Amino acid sequence: MFRLGLRTFIEGWPVYRQLTGTDPLGRGAAAQSARSAGLTARTETADSMARSVCPYCAVGCGQRVFVSDGQVTQIEGDPDSPISRGRLCPKGSASKSLVTSPLRQTKVRYRRPYSTEWEDLELDVALDMIADRVLAARDETWEDVDDAGRPLNRTLGISSLGGATLDNEENYLIKKLFTAMGALQIENQARI
Amino acid sequence: MAEAHPVGFQWVMEAKKRGAKVFHVDPRFTRTSALADTYLPIRAGTDIALLGGVVRYILDNELDFREYVLAYTNAATIVSEQFADTEDLDGLFSGYNPETGSYDQTSWQYEGHGNHTRARGTGKERETAAGLEHESHGAPVAAETHRDETLRHPRCVYQILKRHFARYTPEMVERVCGIPQEKFLELARAWTENSGRERTGVLVYSVGWTQHSVGVQYIRTGAIIQTLLGNIGRPGGGILALRGHASIQGSTDIPTLFNLLPGYLPMPHHAEHPTFARWVDSIRHPGQKGFWGNSRAFAVSLLKAYWGDAATPENDFCYGYLPRMTGDHGTYQQVLNMIDGHVKGYFLLGQNPAVGSAHGKAQRLGMANLDWLVVRDLFMIESATFWKNSPEIATGEIVPEECRTEVFFLPAASHVEKEGTFTQTQRLLQWREKALDPPGDCRSELWFFYHLGRVLREKLAASTKPRDRALLDLAWDYPTHGEYAEPSAEAVLKEINGYEVATGRPLGGFAEAKDDGSTAIGCWIYSGVYADGVNQAARRKPGHEQSWVAPEWGWAWPANRRTLYNRASADPQGRPWSERKKYVWWDAEKGEWTGYDVPDFEKTKPPTFRPADDASGPEALAGDDPFVMQGDGKAWLYAPRGVLDGPLPTHYEPAESPMRNPMYGQQANPTRKVYDHPVNRMNPSPPEEHSDVFPYVFTVSRLTEHHTAGGMSRTVRPLAELQPEMFVEVSPELAAQVGLAHLGWAHLVSGRAVIEARVLVTDRLTPLRVDGRVIHQLWLPYHFGTEGLVTGDSANDLFGITLDPNVLIQESKVGTCDVRPGRRPTGPALLDLVAEYQRRAGMTADRRVPIVTTDAAGGDAAGNTDERSAEAARDGGGDA
Repeated sequence: MFRLGLRTFIEGWPVYRQLTGTDPLGRGAAAQSARSAGLTARTETADSMARSVCPYCAVGCGQRVFVSDGQVTQIEGDPDSPISRGRLCPKGSASKSLVTSPLRQTKVRYRRPYSTEWEDLELDVALDMIADRVLAARDETWEDVDDAGRPLNRTLGISSLGGATLDNEENYLIKKLFTAMGALQIENQARI
Repeated sequence: MAEAHPVGFQWVMEAKKRGAKVFHVDPRFTRTSALADTYLPIRAGTDIALLGGVVRYILDNELDFREYVLAYTNAATIVSEQFADTEDLDGLFSGYNPETGSYDQTSWQYEGHGNHTRARGTGKERETAAGLEHESHGAPVAAETHRDETLRHPRCVYQILKRHFARYTPEMVERVCGIPQEKFLELARAWTENSGRERTGVLVYSVGWTQHSVGVQYIRTGAIIQTLLGNIGRPGGGILALRGHASIQGSTDIPTLFNLLPGYLPMPHHAEHPTFARWVDSIRHPGQKGFWGNSRAFAVSLLKAYWGDAATPENDFCYGYLPRMTGDHGTYQQVLNMIDGHVKGYFLLGQNPAVGSAHGKAQRLGMANLDWLVVRDLFMIESATFWKNSPEIATGEIVPEECRTEVFFLPAASHVEKEGTFTQTQRLLQWREKALDPPGDCRSELWFFYHLGRVLREKLAASTKPRDRALLDLAWDYPTHGEYAEPSAEAVLKEINGYEVATGRPLGGFAEAKDDGSTAIGCWIYSGVYADGVNQAARRKPGHEQSWVAPEWGWAWPANRRTLYNRASADPQGRPWSERKKYVWWDAEKGEWTGYDVPDFEKTKPPTFRPADDASGPEALAGDDPFVMQGDGKAWLYAPRGVLDGPLPTHYEPAESPMRNPMYGQQANPTRKVYDHPVNRMNPSPPEEHSDVFPYVFTVSRLTEHHTAGGMSRTVRPLAELQPEMFVEVSPELAAQVGLAHLGWAHLVSGRAVIEARVLVTDRLTPLRVDGRVIHQLWLPYHFGTEGLVTGDSANDLFGITLDPNVLIQESKVGTCDVRPGRRPTGPALLDLVAEYQRRAGMTADRRVPIVTTDAAGGDAAGNTDERSAEAARDGGGDA
């Protein structure tokens, strides 16, 4: 018992491990404490992992998004990506804070004309009100033809400006729907 | 690059480790400069002078890659004798019309082409940003050209180039840019020594080049250098645009832009494209050489994707449903129209123009004059709260109780709460898997627009109005899933890829597109992303398990090609230029092109192939024409059409500059898009008087720790803590001159706004000796606004609105200002200060900024631009 205890004691000594083990510089396994040896990374115990892409600049670094109990618990670089090789910059590394920020809005907010405050609004009511306003603006500003009788088929009463963090599939539906409703003034950060 | 694209910069460091020499050109010393071999400070807005100097250095010393230049470029092509250069006309090209502020390009044509091309001005192209259509292909020209392979003909492109750039001497570079001659020569030597058969050099740029009133020509100058040196279509070469947003490339490919339909098809113009046939012919140009000849199939397939069964050959595939452009409908014109009360409703989708667009006040005043505004974002951004928390509340210009705009804020799903593709900066589509459902009312744009369309169609179901047919006939039956009825992004991607209408079979690529309505393709350049029914963008074979080209990671358009025009990596006979720079080559035994990448060429067309005289489309391309989307199969050193401000780049001063142009009488881009509007007064520049009221040059860029308008970073605690405050960087010399104290306050004044910032005195900025005087430059981050965890004044408020004529991008990388110590005034006193500066600078309401500042070419004398009325601009001048 005693001999075994002594051996455990010596092997628990970082310098011994550094000299005899695979970590001669003493920066990895040799320096590990009993406490850190007992820890488990939350990436290992996550319920699921999604392979994603950083939402900031256009380098397109690979991200791994770890979820436990319905919450994002970690976002880290994807070492498989030939673009980023697992690295993330300060912004990419802060992506978990981005998606879990307490400042994120999760409720629809509504400001009446001339009001000084926000109000609550149900999402389906908001969608319906927006649809009514689109149709009204379109009717009020519709142009069938130009002065020479050539077709115009449009409204210049509606504008849109999109960010460039929208997905291709989203941009596709946005352009398709606006085009079909005759809304021409559809723009994007890509102009800017 | 190290600051704004740090992870991409690892590859520059890899190259440096292997012996590459890294040069960094920037008005401000940054983390990139610290890691470069040589840093060149430059006066903001003078890059064409620097790059033009490199072009001259190459030509004067005959350092071009002659075999490449002769075989693959238009250097030998002879240009019309009617062409007159900026050398002859003091900074203007032939064909300038001072009344419309635009060029008639007829005299720029290749010899013998003038009679085939309808003489026309380019005002209309400017209004509709038609240059953007050329993102995937060159402007049309006839395939047959007169050439002088000896390059001695005085009107061959090579000789024209030589004359045009003759005055871009090292002395002139120093005089214009403030770069010492020896530093310039170090750059020119390194660039040329590291290009050619055995070596390639790469050029990397970002919005420091594009956000200028002559931005497209910056890139053109870079392209001329890279083409002369044989650095296009070859490994380690190219011109790399570092784009700043996750899918900004995707946002132009599948555009939410007023002038484009998916795949760079033009939105129809009421006068140019009255019929389907005219529209299609304007894209494909019958008889035209190159791959664009198939565009009828792409156009028909798009209309089939939009209108499904309703689109038939008999009704021109519902072409009549498309709305028509009549002029400039861009975001800045829209904002001025909002101020003038012409716009009812506005959608902002993950975009924050109150902070991110030029002239923040104009943006906010526009929003305050709408019937309704819909903001969809992750966070409560400045563009959602302008009615209660904006600089104009403090000045009394916006009063909440008097502001009628009804605002809907709808929370959005984050990038991990939805699935879909981003297209990153190298045209690579990468699919994101969804990690979890969005919280509360948060939804994707896919959800919002699918369901908005569904509700609109339900409300109109009984309508008999012709205008509603386009909505009711729309193919809008996407499968949905889950508790929120989320539409399937994969189904949308499949439509983008295209499919056979009869069977639903996904297409393998755009070569399968048909013009009879039997295929539907949402975006032809993306065709192949869902080949074999497999989501190719979701491929994630680890980088270390495949070649360095990594073709099985994601999917690049077109056809999963990683380097465009890679046929140019082989010599005319199809052999690699060198073993070291081998990439794509002709395998004579197998009779096909092969290599590390997907060849950008018809697979079995041999290098020796010569087309028949009457061939058109792809069949008209010879086996040694690598630039397959160009009308003559050649890279264009000289652009006979398609670039609205000239066939060659020319140094013009920024729209706001403290200096008279040292190179030409013409001060600024004579074709830039200007908006004479009471809200948009531009600071005077020489030769106008009073430019000394705004004696300093300012520029803006990003911090590593923040993102664009701050909506995704000032709201995030770790990032807000790292960069908590708005600041301005000034040189010790300027600080001493103006009396600014390190960590004290300063305020900056332009003709539009006053903003304040904490002062950082640093030698990262250096005064430049330019044309016999000292120019001081200031630098600001543009991320700050009034919302979020950390707040500050917005740098973009200082800018006015002036746009590049080709793509209508704003000049927001350079302007003039004054700087004063201390904090800015508040309330009405702030408006008084701006008014005082406007008065001193002569910026009266009836002043018109002079556009033409030389009397050469019969152009009007300075100041006489009365003909440039708003009506003329809106109609595209007298071009119709």
